[in-house]
Parts: sequence; structure tokens; C-alpha cells
Amino acid sequence: MSSLILPPGLILILGGLLLPWVAPRFKSLIAIGFPLLTLMMVWLVTAEDSMTLTFLEYQLDILHLTPEGRVFATVFSMMAGIGALYALKHARTLELSAAFVYAGSAVGVTFCGDLISFFVFWEIMAIGSTLVIWANCYQNDRAYGASMRYLLVHLLGGVILMIGIAFHVANTGSIEFTAMKADNPATILIMIGFLINAGAPPFSAWIADAYPEASASGTVFLSAFTTKTAVFALLMGFPGETILIYVGMYMVFYGIIYALLENDMRRILAYSIVNQVGFMVVAIGIGSELALNGATAHAFAHIIYKGLLLMSAGSVLLMTGKRKCTDLGGLFQTMPVTAINGIIGALAISAVPLTSGFVTKSLETSAAAEAGMPWVWFMLVAASAGVFLHAGIKFPWFVFFQKDSGLRPPDPPWNMRLAMWIMSFLCILIGIVPAIIYGILPYTLDYEPYTADHVVTQLQLLLFAGFAFFALLALMKRTLTISLDLDWFYRKLMFGVVVWIKNHIPQLIAPVMLGLKNFGQRKFDRLFKVHGPQGILARTWPSASMVLWVAVLLAVMMILHYMRPS
Amino acid sequence: MINEHLPALQVVVPLLAAPICFMIFNNRLSWLFATLVSWLSFAMAILLVMEVRDGTVLHYEFGGWAPPWGIEYKVDILNSYVLLIVTAIAAAVFPYSWKSIQKEIPKSHHRIYLTAMLLCLAGLLGMTITGDAFNLFVLLEISSLSSYTLISLGRDRRALTASFQYLIMGTIGATFILIGIGLLYALTGTLNMADLASRIPALEGSRTLQAAFAFLILGFGLKLAMFPLHLWLPNAYAYAPSAVSAFIGATATKVAIYALLRFLYTIFGSSFSFDYMQVQWLLMPLAIASILFASMVAIFQDGIKRLLAYSSVAQIGYILLGISLVNVTGLTASLLHMFNHALMKGGLFLALGAIAYRVGSTQVKSIAGIGQAMPYTMAAFVVGALSLIGVPLTVGFISKWYLILATLEKGYWPLTVLIIISSLMAVVYTWRIIETAYFQERPAGAAPVTEAPMSLLIPTWIVIFANLYFGINSSLSTDLASRAAIILSGGSLL
Repeated sequence: MSSLILPPGLILILGGLLLPWVAPRFKSLIAIGFPLLTLMMVWLVTAEDSMTLTFLEYQLDILHLTPEGRVFATVFSMMAGIGALYALKHARTLELSAAFVYAGSAVGVTFCGDLISFFVFWEIMAIGSTLVIWANCYQNDRAYGASMRYLLVHLLGGVILMIGIAFHVANTGSIEFTAMKADNPATILIMIGFLINAGAPPFSAWIADAYPEASASGTVFLSAFTTKTAVFALLMGFPGETILIYVGMYMVFYGIIYALLENDMRRILAYSIVNQVGFMVVAIGIGSELALNGATAHAFAHIIYKGLLLMSAGSVLLMTGKRKCTDLGGLFQTMPVTAINGIIGALAISAVPLTSGFVTKSLETSAAAEAGMPWVWFMLVAASAGVFLHAGIKFPWFVFFQKDSGLRPPDPPWNMRLAMWIMSFLCILIGIVPAIIYGILPYTLDYEPYTADHVVTQLQLLLFAGFAFFALLALMKRTLTISLDLDWFYRKLMFGVVVWIKNHIPQLIAPVMLGLKNFGQRKFDRLFKVHGPQGILARTWPSASMVLWVAVLLAVMMILHYMRPS
Repeated sequence: MINEHLPALQVVVPLLAAPICFMIFNNRLSWLFATLVSWLSFAMAILLVMEVRDGTVLHYEFGGWAPPWGIEYKVDILNSYVLLIVTAIAAAVFPYSWKSIQKEIPKSHHRIYLTAMLLCLAGLLGMTITGDAFNLFVLLEISSLSSYTLISLGRDRRALTASFQYLIMGTIGATFILIGIGLLYALTGTLNMADLASRIPALEGSRTLQAAFAFLILGFGLKLAMFPLHLWLPNAYAYAPSAVSAFIGATATKVAIYALLRFLYTIFGSSFSFDYMQVQWLLMPLAIASILFASMVAIFQDGIKRLLAYSSVAQIGYILLGISLVNVTGLTASLLHMFNHALMKGGLFLALGAIAYRVGSTQVKSIAGIGQAMPYTMAAFVVGALSLIGVPLTVGFISKWYLILATLEKGYWPLTVLIIISSLMAVVYTWRIIETAYFQERPAGAAPVTEAPMSLLIPTWIVIFANLYFGINSSLSTDLASRAAIILSGGSLL
């Protein structure tokens, strides 16, 4: 049977490449069929299977099964399928096709045994995801700029990662992808490369900048893969790296604060991704078996409920064309399905008992307690309350309830409703039967989430947070504001300083600017004169000059001959 | 057995097919016939590669005359590899031609075009396969004369001037080669390459031999467009019909490089060429200059064909750089790049031909906004451009990788930096085209453009796909190239 085993990621990529060529009526077949096939293949692969490719002098292993990889690959292929179902009617072929290549390379990353093929899949992901945003250019003027900024961040991350990998291979002579220690420049660069994709500071802003500019379905795809492959990479590459606790903690609170200040519903959820990935990064930093199990399980559950929330937000966007909380409200009357599913997603992300969030996130907090890190435990618990505030209540409240915005849109088409119901079902199923997820985790787990103590604590926490939300409702109400982020420094400040100096002290800057401009112009003119279409080096008509050159070269050969060492 | 005669048939079939092609009065039948011949040549080249892959050398004596007197055809790994490059490109360009020449060449000249293409193919194959120095000159002239004809068929009137200029320069080059061969004959009394090779070491101090060497190097330098003898190339490529640019751009210079290598290594021997004549110190500065200046000129070009032509000059610089490093890795890199550059430039020129077919012009500004209208053509162009830049997973990366290894092996790290800088310059000049096609609006009032016909797209994509295939699974090309490099250098560089 092993001859039938293919790298699952390649199946999905193949599906993506096939999509533009098939007749419209077969499109849905491929969009649903290939992710299912991929999912099957993920579970058919055994640890003995391998597929090695020879690239230059290296052996690449693109079929390398790890328990962690299987969990991530499973949820990635599920998301590709359900996301495709959601996208079926509205998405452009370019978007769906790019999303499949993107998802396929994310699955590919989880099956990589070596750093070179890892890097290749990693870069294909960057291109695929950029195309997903780009596909929305025709509807959203801001998508193009966002996609380019997104691409720049990821290319930067890619270059850092590549330098790190090259360094690492030169140091150790091995391209194997195993756990590393961030104690030399090579591995530190690799870790930075991973962290940039995870949305770590100072590059957290790209998530909220880029994701909400994609189409309704595009954001669903985007939310699932890039950051979670980064979590997978950190999990495999740097378990127990203490610095990750601090980085993750920053992300947790960064996400909460910016989400609370945000008005755009999908941007709230994008900030919430940073927050949730922060939990996972902290758990990876703790590095105990329980913590790593927790990070894996949380990633699995998070992809599903964040996908669900974004599907719900996407449906609202699609039916109303509005994206700001201040323009929305009262939609539960005419969009009950969207509202119910949005609320289920919100409950899951808030870790309410009987949902997937409750049974997975508690692994991480327990790991912090077990590892004897009280302050980490305390801050994670406090942050859980914060999650409930920004994603658990804020999103459904402002979109579906609150004031009546006067909008009366219907629920979205059946395929979107079905996709949301499937996701909700999964959220609750995992919450009720946690053994499903516990059974596939990398380490054996002896954990009972439903103890009276745990349930009561969590409910108290949520009740208090809920109380706080409504007590502070006036403060929570968003107006049209812009929240500044670290990207302000590189997108606005540097530019602004120059403009300010130019406007305020023209006598200082003008000569400099003029000098620079003249210098550049002179250089360009010179280059153009020599190399331009009519330039000295581009003149091609005089045959005589070439004959002259022939004579010159003959002379050079003679001189060379006399100069030879005797 | 037909197998025995394969080396002869490889040249004779296209050569005899050329007049037959002209005598078939139906244009379409004539084209079908020519296409079949090109595929047949490709099949023969594959068979030859398979026969010599294990290191055997095939000898073929024309008319039964034994080698030093008669003409001998000789196939080893190196020239079977070059045969494969030439016939593969031909097999893609011939089917492509039909649609492409409908718009670019008047109907009355279609058969002339096909005949000249077949003659050019036969000449190039003969140059590659022959083991006789004078025979090489004769076949070089066949391929050159037919390519002058082909270039003059371009619809722009400047094609005539370009062709004439190429004729002058090509003739000077051919004359130099003839002088060189003549001097060798006067000195040794033989024209057979193997025979020459065995007699030359004894004559090392001879002035005549040194003069022959200089004339031959410069003669081939002209034919392969070595900077600054490249001045004929941009015009020739720019004004030739698209299919001709694709064929000549991908193959003619490669065969000239092959001939140069044959003379440097097999006939003169590496100790004479590199230790005694120090030719690497002529080639290396010229290679560096061509990489830098030609890339820079390419950045400023307004016409895409000219841009690609200058890029070809730069790529030839890479090949010469590999040769001038005088080590096995460098030679391997050069041989690899001959194959890889044929694939990338072939693919790019074919894609450009499809654009010319729909848009009617190949100026950078005239392709504004066609990215959406011609998605498959432009996607092919993008992949070709990535390959030209040397992005991993394309063939461009493989040859650059080997070239960089070769420079590092020698310890010439500034050359490594040079290769990286010129790759960045390639990003600049290809991005200009991509940016114009995808991000600029179609100018108001411009005629709407539709996707190119399948008969243009399929050959283009086959070549482009080869760019990806041999970029990922590079074992065939690297294996052939490295073994050819080892055989060529005869172990002298190890």
C-alpha cells in the first residue's frame, strides 16, 4: 500500500492548481473532494513511510510523520474543506485556488523532515496567502496595499529564516528539522523567522493590517494557516525556550488591548488571533509535556472557533457590506443562523464549559501552574477574562444586538450556513467529548477538564468579566478611532519626521533634499546616457566599432601571451 | 541497423528535409512535415543520449573512409547533451511556428522560413556532432547563412539591416575560424579533431599555433556574442520573427560555446589553452563586463525583445565566467547553464511571441494591463522570469548554485557577490515587464486583447514546465553536465 502514499500537502496543492482549469460544475467537487482526500492521506501515512528527494547534495524528506504534525495537518485539511464550502459561491477562482496552494503548503510544512523543504513550503505559503488577499483587490481598494505590506513582512521573515537555515546547515552540516536551542546566531535567526510569521512583536501589526482586507472567505483561510504553522514550527523547533514565555505574554495582552480599542469587527477578530497565538507561544515556552499538549490542542480548537467567528463576521460583511461595529447592530432578528453560530464561536473562544476552548485552553493554564510559574498562571487566567471581553461578548454584542442599526439583511446562502453549522458542531463536540482531541495529542495525557473546581472557577471568571463588560459598556462603545501600533514607527514616523522637518525648517532640509535629488538625477542621467536605449553601450548599429573591438582583442591576446609566467 | 547510422541521420534527416520542405507547395503540409522532422530529430537525440550515457563514444565514418582522411562523426556525453538541447528547443519551436508566422511573415515566405529553420537546425546539429574541424566550419556556415535569412524575414524593415549587420559580423567570425583551421592544417596536415589533438602538444612553441588559437577564440567569440563582440545580437534578436528569436536565442550561441569548449579542451588541450595561452584571463574580465553592462543595459530597454537579448548577453557572461574559472565545478556550471539558459530564454521568447501575436508589439509600454487578458501567457512569462532571476525550484537556481560553488571553490568571493548583484539586476529588468503587464491599466482606446491560441500556449508551457521540472529534479541535467565536464577536462582539472 505504501506506493499509494503521497505527501498530503501535495494533494491539496494539486487540487489548487487544478481548480482554474475545471468546468464550473466540477469546481465544487474538487473544492470539497481534495481536502477530504488530503485528510484521508494524513491518516493513512505511517511513521515508516517516507519520500525522499535529492536536491543538490541533500536528501529532502517531505513525508515525515510526527504526532504534532498530524494534529496540525488534520485541522489544516479540515479548514481547507470547510472553508472551501463556505467560499464556494462567492469567492473568485483565484482566491480558492491560491487558498488551496496555501493550505497545501501549510500541510506540507507539517510533514517536513528537513529544513530545506520546510523553507520551500514556507515561502509558497507566503505567496499563496498574498494571492488570497490580492484576489480581493477588485472589491476593496485597500487590499492591494495591504497585500504588498503583508508580502514585504513575509519576505523579510523568509530572508531571515533562510539566512538562519543556511548558517545552521553550515554549522552543523545537517538539514534535519529537530528541536534546537536558540543559543547561536543561526538558531536565533531561525526562531526570529518563525516568530515573524506568528505575529510576534514588533511585527504583530501585519495580521490586523492584512487579514481584514481579504474577502469574507479569504479571511477565514488566512486566519487558519500562517500563524498556526508558525506555532507548529516553534513547537517542533524550540520547545521550552524561556524567551518565548515573554514574547507570548506580550502577544496575549497586545491582542486584548488592541481588540478592545478596535471598531472593525474582523479586525477585532484578527487582533484576537495574536492574543490566542500568544497563549500557545507561552505554552511552548513553558515546554513541559502538558504545555506542549496544550499548545497543540489549543491550536486545533482555535483554528476551528476562529474560523467560525470569521465566517460569521464574513457573512455579516457579505450581506450588509459594512464592517464597522458602529454601523452594525440588531442583526439577530434577520440573521438568526449567523448570530447563533457567531455566539457559539464566541463561547468557544471564551472557554465556556462544554465548548472546545474550555477543554483545550485549560491545559495551558494548568501547565503553567504545574511548572511552578505562578505569575504566568495568574496572567494567563487574567487574560482569559480579557478574551471573553473582546471576543466573547464584544463581537456578538455590537454586531447582533445592542442598538438597532435598521439593517434587515437575510442569512447568507446555504453553503455558508452549512459551513458554520459544521464548525459549531465541531466546537461543541470537542467540548463534550474531549477524548477526541486528547487521543491524538503528541504526549499521553491524563487530564480531566470537568472537575467541579475547574468548572466553577471558569464560570466565576466569565461571570465577572461579563459583569465588567456591561458595567463599563459606555467605555466599550466604539467610536471611529484609529489605534496606533508599532508599525506606526516604520510606516508613519520616519516618513513624518522628514515631512515635518521639510515643512518647519525648510532652510535645513531643502538643500539636503535638493542635493540628494540632484545627486540621484545625475547618477541616473549618467547611467541612462551610458546604458539607455541610445546609450554608448547600447548602440548596436556601427559594425565598424565591433571590427575595431576584434582587433583590440587580438592585441590583448598577444599581450597576454607575452605576459604569461615562464 | 538504423541505430548504427543514428549519428549521421541526426544531421542528414533535417538537411535533406529542408529542400523537400521547400518543394511541398502547400504551406500547412510543409509545416507539418517540418514539425515531424523536428520531433524525429529530438527522438534521435534522446536515443543518442541513452546510448552514450554510460560513457561509450560512438564513431561514424562517412562513406567508409577511416578517420584521419574521411569525415568522422563522434558522439560522446558532451555533444549528445548539446544535441539534446538543440533538438528539444526545435521540437517546441516548430509546432509553435505555424500560428506565430501567420502574423509575422507573409504567406509567400512561409516555406522559405521552414526551409531555413531546418537548414539552421541541421547546421547546428552538424557543428555539434562532427569530429572534423573543417566540417565544423562548413556546417557553421550552413547554420549562419540560414539564420541570416531567418532574421531578415522579420516584419520590421530594420530586420534587413540587422540581418545584414549580423551577416558582416558573422562572416568575419567565420573567416577567423577558417583562418584558424587553415593554420592548424598547414601546421599539422590534418583536420580530424582527435588527430589534431594528438599532434598539437609537440608544437607548443609554434607562433603559427598561437595565431591559430587566437583567431579561433575570437572567431567563436564573435559567434557566441562574447562582450564586446555582442553588438550584432540585440538587433538580430529584436527584429527577427518571434519563433526565430526563440530558436536562435536558445540554441545558436550554445552551439558556438560548445565549439569553443571543443577547441579549448579537446583540440588544444587545457594545458595549452589555460597554462600556456592564459585564455582565462581574457575570458574572465570580458565575462564580468558582459554580466554587469549587459544587465544594466537591459534595465533601460524599451523593447522586451531587446531587453531579453541583452539579458542573453549577460547569461552568456555567466557561461564564460564558469569556463574562465578553470575548474570542474565551473565547467559543470557552464554546461548546466547552456541547458538551463536554453530552457529559460526559449520559454521567455515563446511567451513573448504569444504576446506579440495578440498585442502586435513587444514594446514594454504596449503590454500594459494584459495580465488579466492573457493570464496563461503572462503566467508563463513570470515563471520564465523567475527562472532567469534564479529563484529556487527553477533551473536558473541550479546553474547559479553551481556557479557560486565554483567561485567559492576558487576563493574568488568578489565574483560570488557579482553573481548575486546581477541576479538582483535581473529582478529589476523582469519586474519592469511584470509590473507593466499586471499593475498598469490598459491604455484607453487600446484594442481588447484575448488569450493566445492553444497552439502557441502549449509549446510555451511545455518549455516553461521543463524550467520547473529540471529545477526540482535536476539529476538528469546535473549528471550529464558534471560527467561531460569531467570527460572534457580529461581529469586535468581535478
